[in-house]
Formats: sequence, structure tokens, C-alpha cells
Amino acid sequence: MLALPRPSARRAGRKPAILMLEAQTLAARRGFTSLFTGLAFRVGPGEALIVTGANGTGKTTLLRVLAGLCAPTAGQILWNGTPAAPFDRALRAVLAFVGHLPALKDELTAEENLASLVALEGDAVDHSAIVDALDNVALTRQRALPARVLSQGQRRRIGLARLSLSARPLWILDEPLTALDDAGATLLTRIVGGHLVKGGLLVAATHAPLGLPETQLRALALA
Amino acid sequence: MSVALASADPAAADTVWPALKWAIARDVRLALRSRAELGVQLTFYVIVVSLFPLGIAPERALLATMGPGVLWVAALLASLLSLPRLFAGDHADGTLEQIALSPYPLVALVFGKIIAHWLTTGLPMVAFAPLLGLQYALDGESLAVLTTTLLLGTPILSLLGAIGAALTLGLRGGGSLLALLVLPLYVPVLIFGASAVEAARAGLGASANLSLLGAGLLLAIVGAPFAAAAAVRIALD
Repeated sequence: MLALPRPSARRAGRKPAILMLEAQTLAARRGFTSLFTGLAFRVGPGEALIVTGANGTGKTTLLRVLAGLCAPTAGQILWNGTPAAPFDRALRAVLAFVGHLPALKDELTAEENLASLVALEGDAVDHSAIVDALDNVALTRQRALPARVLSQGQRRRIGLARLSLSARPLWILDEPLTALDDAGATLLTRIVGGHLVKGGLLVAATHAPLGLPETQLRALALA
Repeated sequence: MSVALASADPAAADTVWPALKWAIARDVRLALRSRAELGVQLTFYVIVVSLFPLGIAPERALLATMGPGVLWVAALLASLLSLPRLFAGDHADGTLEQIALSPYPLVALVFGKIIAHWLTTGLPMVAFAPLLGLQYALDGESLAVLTTTLLLGTPILSLLGAIGAALTLGLRGGGSLLALLVLPLYVPVLIFGASAVEAARAGLGASANLSLLGAGLLLAIVGAPFAAAAAVRIALD
């Protein structure tokens, strides 16, 4: 099987390697309601943009726009200075998106689900790495169980295991703490912290603090 | 790896095969895990085909005339029954978002899903056709022609159906709308498929019909995955 070059290898091939996600005068609407207008921000290596706001203020829409799943009504998104249209190929090559929905198949086991998600990112599937990743999120005993019998929190932990295996520089997480217990939240903090230390970028919508060091955080409050 | 793909886009060419492989392997595995659903569709096909000889006069000539048409209509309906499964499950659990955001070309992933759909729904119907044709007193040559038309035609049903399935994603009552969208598109396939046997029995030879079905299949392979992929992106917006 031919594997895609990993994002890091792909970047190494080019000269300037400053990662930067930028939004310019971004606006979006849902139906006839304008959710936000004129949003502008930059996220660089090792930085986390934490999006907060009450229900219905457009957090999820903003993340979907940034991920390239839907088009903004105005403004644009730039990745490394290049405008990125929805489903932009350059953005898809560097992005790991974890939305509201877990993207797990009930019929597959936890292990198969994780392997399937890793393979879909174009990364080589290393069986022992997958077993280790599931061990790290305390799903050792559930490895061979179909996702159908896992609890919401356990399903979320498969998503954490996927992130821990991801070499993608840009992570976009929608309410990553949902359904996670305290131990799960600690795991999330550790995985996301490790990502930022490696120079990754993070955009997350959340109500509760993720426990990350203040120096790396950029806050964006939607109203 | 095909030369055409390689010359068109060298960066994307080496991602087409892994993408196809991922989608086919995953969807076939999922289908085999939920065999009951596959069984329902195949049983529906077998039952519909078997009802006609019971419901009409058992005259050999009449049955032999009707047989190919009945098998084809049953295949259309059974294919329609299984179409909502093609994308709806992935749409509901968020997998479709991940598929659309994957670095692999979406067209290749969608094409892989369509191939898997045909392997798990179309191919079993083709395999059952000779056996079911016996109920209609079809001779050996007619059975061979009928099975060949189904072999060429059922992939077209999956390809065209995928466009409809993707367009009706997330709609309430999408199933009935899907039937309205897709059934008219199936009409040419039905006509050329069912009349091939007629032509062969009349001594005209089935080659014209088979050629037209083959041409239709090629056309659908070239166009349908792109249309379905575009519809998937619209559905996610």
C-alpha cells in the first residue's frame, strides 16, 4: 500500500515552514441569523485558540468554517498565507478535526475503528502503536469490543487515542471535554499540551478550561 | 496505476489506490458485520421475482416473455432499497465529515464506497439470476444473456443511485424522494437490459444491447463518482 507522505515530511520538502492559520473579516450565518461578522485572528505554532460563547453563538459553525466543511459568508481563511477554500487540499493534508460526532462505526471494534481513522488520515497503520494508544486512554479491556457497547465517554476516548497518534499540525476540536470524566479531561490536557509543545496549532471550542498554560492561549469569545 | 491518472495529477495519483482500497475494505467489512440488512435486500429480490410465477398463469411462453423484465424490475427495486445505506450511516455518525476532510481525493473514496455497495448488493443479485430465471422457463442462452445484462447493468444502478443517495442526505423523507430521483434515471438501463434477452430469442443477437449497457457503464463510471462527491460536499455544508 502506498502511503501519503506524512505532513512533517511534506513540509520539510518546502523552504518556509512557518505554520499559520489566519482568519480575515470572517462572517457566517445560520439560516437568516448572522452568527458573527468581522472575525480576525491568527494562530501560530504552539498556540491554542480557545473559542467560548453561549449556546447558539456560532462556535461549531466557526470551527466547521475553519476546517473547510462549509464556506463563510464573508472573509477568508489563510493557511500559511495562502487562501484556503472549503475542502482545500493543503488544509486537508495538515488538519485533524474532531467534531460533535465521534465518527465511530458501531459494528467495528474499538481497535478497528481507531485503525480505520488513522488509515483515513493517510498515515501508515502501526498495529502496536494503536494498541499502545488505546492502553494510554484506559481502553485496554475494551479493545476488542464493538463500539456499540461502549459508553459515550469511552467513545470520546477513542477520539483522544486518535489525536495522540496524529502527526497533523492543526487540530480543530469541538467541545473536546464532552462526556469525559476527570481522568479523561486530564488525558486530554496531556495530549493537547504535548501537541502544543511540539509546535502544533489548536483551535478548540469549549465551556470549561482545558488546563493549558496561559501563555499559549488566545481567547476568542463569541457573543 | 493508470497512466491517465498519473499524467493528469502526479500528486494525487498515488493516493487514488489507497483511497479506493480503504473505502472498499471498510464498507465490505461493515456490510458483512450487518449481514441481516444484506439478507433483507436479497430476500426481497428473490421473493418479488418468485411471486410473479405464482400470481399469473403458469404458461411457459408467457413466463419466458415476462421473466427478464420481472428480474430487472426486481433488481431495480432491491437496489433502491439498499441505496439509503450507502451514505446515510456515515453521515449520521460523523464519518462522512472525516472522509470529506481526509487528504485522499473524495472522488476516490466515494467511488470505493460505490464499488463496495455493488459488491455487497449488486453482485449477489447477479449470482442469483440464473437460478431465479429457471422459474420463468428461460433456456440456457437466455439465462446467459440475462445474467450478462445484470452484470453490466447493476453497477450502473449503484453508480447512478449514489448520486441520488448523496443528494438526499439529511433530508426528512429522503427515502421516497430518492426513489423519485433515481427511478427515472434507471429507465434506460431497464430497457436495454430487459430487451437484450428478447433480441437474443428473436435471433437478432444481444450484442447491440450489451454494447449500449457497456457504454452506459463506462459513462457512469466516469461521471457518477464526481457528481456523488460534489453532492456529499453540499450535504456537509
